[in-house]
Amino acid sequence: MWRRQNMKGEKKKKIVKSIRIDVDKCNGCMACEVVCSAFHASPKYSSNNPARSRIRVIRDPIADIYVPVYAGEYAVAECAGRDKYTIDGKEYDECAFCRASCPSRDLFKEPDSGLPLKCDMCSSDPTLEKPLCVQWCLNDALIYEEREEEVEDEPTVDDLEIGLESLANQYGLDKLTDIITRMSASKKG
Amino acid sequence: MRYAETGFNLEIDLTRGSIERVATDPRDTELYLGGLGTNAKILWDRVPPEVDAFSPENLLIFATGLLCGTPATGCNRTIVTTISPQTKLMAFSMMGGFWAPELKYAGYDKVILRGKSPDLVYLWIHNDKVEIRDASHLKGKGANETADLLRAELKEPKAQVASIGLAGENRVFFASIEQGRSSASRGGIGAVMGDKGVKAIVVRGTKDINVARPAEFMELTNEVLNYIKFRNENPIPGVMPILAGLGSPQEMAIHDEKWHTENFMWGNSRHRRRDFWNEEVEKEWTDTMHKARTRLISCYNCPMKCGATISLPGQPTYMMKCFSKLTYTMAAMSNLEFGLKIAQRATEYGVDGFSAPQVMAFALELYENGILSDKDFEGMPEDNEERFLWLLDRIVRREGIGDVLANGTYWAALEIGNGADAFAHNNIKKHEQLPLKLSMLNPIYFLMYCTGEKINITQIEGQFPQAPWATLEEREEFVKDWFQVPDEKFKQILLDWEPRGEKSMPFYPTVDMCCDIVDWQEKMHYIDDALGMCAGLSSFPLKPPYHIHNYPKFISAGTGIEMDEEKLTKAAKRYRTLVRANNIRRGMRRKDEKPPENHWKKRFPELEKELLDTYYKFKGWNNDGIPTPESLHDLGLDYVSEDFFKRGVYETTEGAPSTDTSATSEKN
Ligand code: SF4
Ligand code: SF4
Ligand code: SF4
Repeated sequence: MWRRQNMKGEKKKKIVKSIRIDVDKCNGCMACEVVCSAFHASPKYSSNNPARSRIRVIRDPIADIYVPVYAGEYAVAECAGRDKYTIDGKEYDECAFCRASCPSRDLFKEPDSGLPLKCDMCSSDPTLEKPLCVQWCLNDALIYEEREEEVEDEPTVDDLEIGLESLANQYGLDKLTDIITRMSASKKG
Repeated sequence: MRYAETGFNLEIDLTRGSIERVATDPRDTELYLGGLGTNAKILWDRVPPEVDAFSPENLLIFATGLLCGTPATGCNRTIVTTISPQTKLMAFSMMGGFWAPELKYAGYDKVILRGKSPDLVYLWIHNDKVEIRDASHLKGKGANETADLLRAELKEPKAQVASIGLAGENRVFFASIEQGRSSASRGGIGAVMGDKGVKAIVVRGTKDINVARPAEFMELTNEVLNYIKFRNENPIPGVMPILAGLGSPQEMAIHDEKWHTENFMWGNSRHRRRDFWNEEVEKEWTDTMHKARTRLISCYNCPMKCGATISLPGQPTYMMKCFSKLTYTMAAMSNLEFGLKIAQRATEYGVDGFSAPQVMAFALELYENGILSDKDFEGMPEDNEERFLWLLDRIVRREGIGDVLANGTYWAALEIGNGADAFAHNNIKKHEQLPLKLSMLNPIYFLMYCTGEKINITQIEGQFPQAPWATLEEREEFVKDWFQVPDEKFKQILLDWEPRGEKSMPFYPTVDMCCDIVDWQEKMHYIDDALGMCAGLSSFPLKPPYHIHNYPKFISAGTGIEMDEEKLTKAAKRYRTLVRANNIRRGMRRKDEKPPENHWKKRFPELEKELLDTYYKFKGWNNDGIPTPESLHDLGLDYVSEDFFKRGVYETTEGAPSTDTSATSEKN
C-alpha cells in the first residue's frame, strides 16, 4: 500500500487529503487517467487525453504489474542512482513508484509543451466531495481519506510557477525573460 | 472542429509503400456514424464483388468507433472490416482492449490498408509519424510475443499493438488479430492481414479528443457509471449467473459451469453430457482456475473485469476472456487445465476460439469414421490431448492435412469429399457456430441465426430475456424498472409470455412480435458497432447502462450532431442495410440464411417460412432477402439499387444459383 499526500489549509491545523492505492485491486482500465485529463481540460471536460493526466498507471499485464502513480513535484535533474524493486516475485522497473516529473521520462509532462504536470487533488470551486480519479475507480483501487493534522505551514506553489520554473531550467531565465518581454510588447503593439 | 472523431483516416498502400492522411467527409458521419457504419460505406464504394479476400484490392480496415477516446465508459472497440476468405462475405469482427482509443489519440479514426507488401512489415503509428517498417525478424513469432518485442524495440511501453501469429501469416481461414487482452477473431480477418504482409500495427497517441458539449457529456457518463454500480449491486434474479450481471459473460470469475458443460455440446458439437457436472469436477476446475488466474482485468476505461491473466506453470502468461475458456476443453472432451493450456498456444498462433477447436474435433471425427486415413495423420500421437496440440500445429503451419483443415470445416469437407460434408454440420454461411444443439425451435433465435450478418449468435442476441420467468410476479418484477425498452409494448410481450401452454414457444411471441424483438436486439448491436461501445455494457446484457434513450444524447453531446431516437434508428438501419447490400452483391441470398439443420430437433417448417417472410418484409427486403428499391430510397441509398439493377441482382429468383464461388478459387 502506498500513500500520497497533499497539504492544504490554514495556519497550523490542516486537512490532510490522502489517497490510498491498493495495487491488488487495480484492473488497469485507465479510467482514472481519462477523467483526470478531462477535468483539467479547458473548458472543463472539453477534451480528453490520458497523456495529460496527473495520474498514470504503470501497466505491464503479462508481468501482472499495475501501479497507479500520482504526479508529484517537478525534478530538475534525474536521480543519480535508481532503484529496482522486487515484490512478490515481480520486478518493478526503476522509477515505477516515483511521482516526479523528471527529465528521464515523458510521464507527467504536457505532451506538446513538455511542461510538468502535478496532481492538485482536483482543486476546484466548489470543492469536490472526492477527487475524480477516486470517484471513477469503481474497483476501489483508489480510496480517498481526509484527516486533520497539526503541521508546519508550507506555501503552495501554483501551477504557473512550477511551469515557469521548469521552463527557466530548460532554457535559462534570461531567455525566458526575453521572450516574455517580447510577447508583452507584441500584444500591446 | 470535429468532435469525438478526429476527421482523418490513414490510407496505406502496401504495394507502393505510400502513406496518406486523408480528411473525411463530416456528412458521412451524420449518415453512417462511424466504426462499422462508415466501414460498410467504404467497402461498398471501393471493394466490388469481383474482389476476393486475398486480392490486393481487398481493403483491411481498422476502425475506431465514433465515441472511442471520449470519456464514455467502455467505449473501446476496434471494428475490423474486410472480405472474409471463409464466408466470402463482409466480415466485421471487433475487439475490445486498448487499441482503438490509442489510435484516436494518435489523430486517426481509421487505418485503411490496401495492396500487399512483398515482405513482412509492421506499421508504427506515433501521432503524426507513420512508418512502414521491416518485420522479417518477427516472422513466425507469436502474436503476443510480437507485441512485447515491438514495444521493447520501439522503447514505447505504452504503445498498443494489434498483431497476428503464425495462423495469420499462413492465411488460415479462421486466423485472428490479437491484442493481448482482446482479439478480433471471427471470419478469418487475420488471414487477410497476413496476406497483406502486415505482422502488426503499433500505435501510440498523445493528442486530445474533443467533445462538443462537455458538461452534458460528463453528466451522461456519470449516469452510466452510477447505473453500472447499481447493476453490479443488483443482479437480475432468476437467471443464470452469466446473464444476471453486466459485461461480457463473466467466464473468468464464475466457477459454476454446470450450464455450459451440460447444455452445450462436446466434441465436434456432437455429445451432450447431461450429468457431467458434479462436486468433484467443480472442485478440480475451481482449483485449476485459482491456480492459473493471476488477476481479473478490464478493457480501456471500463470498471468491469471480463478478462483474466492466465499463468500456468511452465507456460508463458497470456490473457483470456469469455467462452474460449471452455471451447477447447469441450471439443477435446478434456478438462479445464488442458483447455487453458492449449488456449495459450492458440492465442500466440492467433486463431479463433470457436472455429479452431471445432475444426480439430471435426478432423478426428473424420478419422474415426474412415473418411480420413492414417496416411493423413502420419506422425500423430496416440494421446487425445496431444492430438489436439499436434493438429493445431499442423493447421497453423498448413502442413499436410493441416493445409486442408486450415480452410475451416466447410471448405475442408468440400475438398475431402467422400461424405465429409455431413461432419461439417455446425455452420451458418460457411462459418463455425457455437456448439449448441437444442430440442425445440425458438422463433426469436431462428430469425437471429438466419439473418445475423456477423454470423455469430452472441453478436446479435441480448436485451430481451432468453426465456420467460415461470410466474407472472417474477415477470412483473422484471418489467418494473425496465426503462431500456424502445417501446412499452415489449413489456407486455414479456408479461404475457409463459413457459408452457398457449402463450409459449414456438407460437408465442407471435411472428410479428418476434420481428420487433429481433429488430431491437440487432439494432442495439449495430449502434454499438458504429460507436465502438462494448456489447457487454449495451446490446448483450439485460438492462444495460447504454440504450436507445441515452445513445442519441451521447452522440449529440459528443459529436455536436443533432440526434434523436428516430434519426439514430434510421442511421443504424441505413448502414445495417449497407452491410446487407455488400453481401447481396457478393451472392448471399435467402438460401444461405438458415441455422444448422440439426440445431433444433423439433422444427416447424411452416412457421419458419412465415417468420422469415414476415421479417424480410418488415426489414424492407424482398422475399429473397434483397433490400427493395423503395426501402433503399427511403434510406437515401439509391446508389445501391442502381448498382443492383446494373448487376441484375433483382433478376435472380429464389432458389436460383447465386454467384457463389467454388472452393478452389480461394486456394492459391
Ligand atoms: S481507475 Fe482504478 S482500476 Fe482503473 S486503472 Fe485507475 S486505479 Fe486502476
Ligand atoms: S486527484 Fe484529481 S488531479 Fe489528482 S490525479 Fe486524481 S483526478 Fe487528477
Ligand atoms: S464490459 Fe468487459 S469486455 Fe466490455 S469493455 Fe468492459 S471489461 Fe471490456
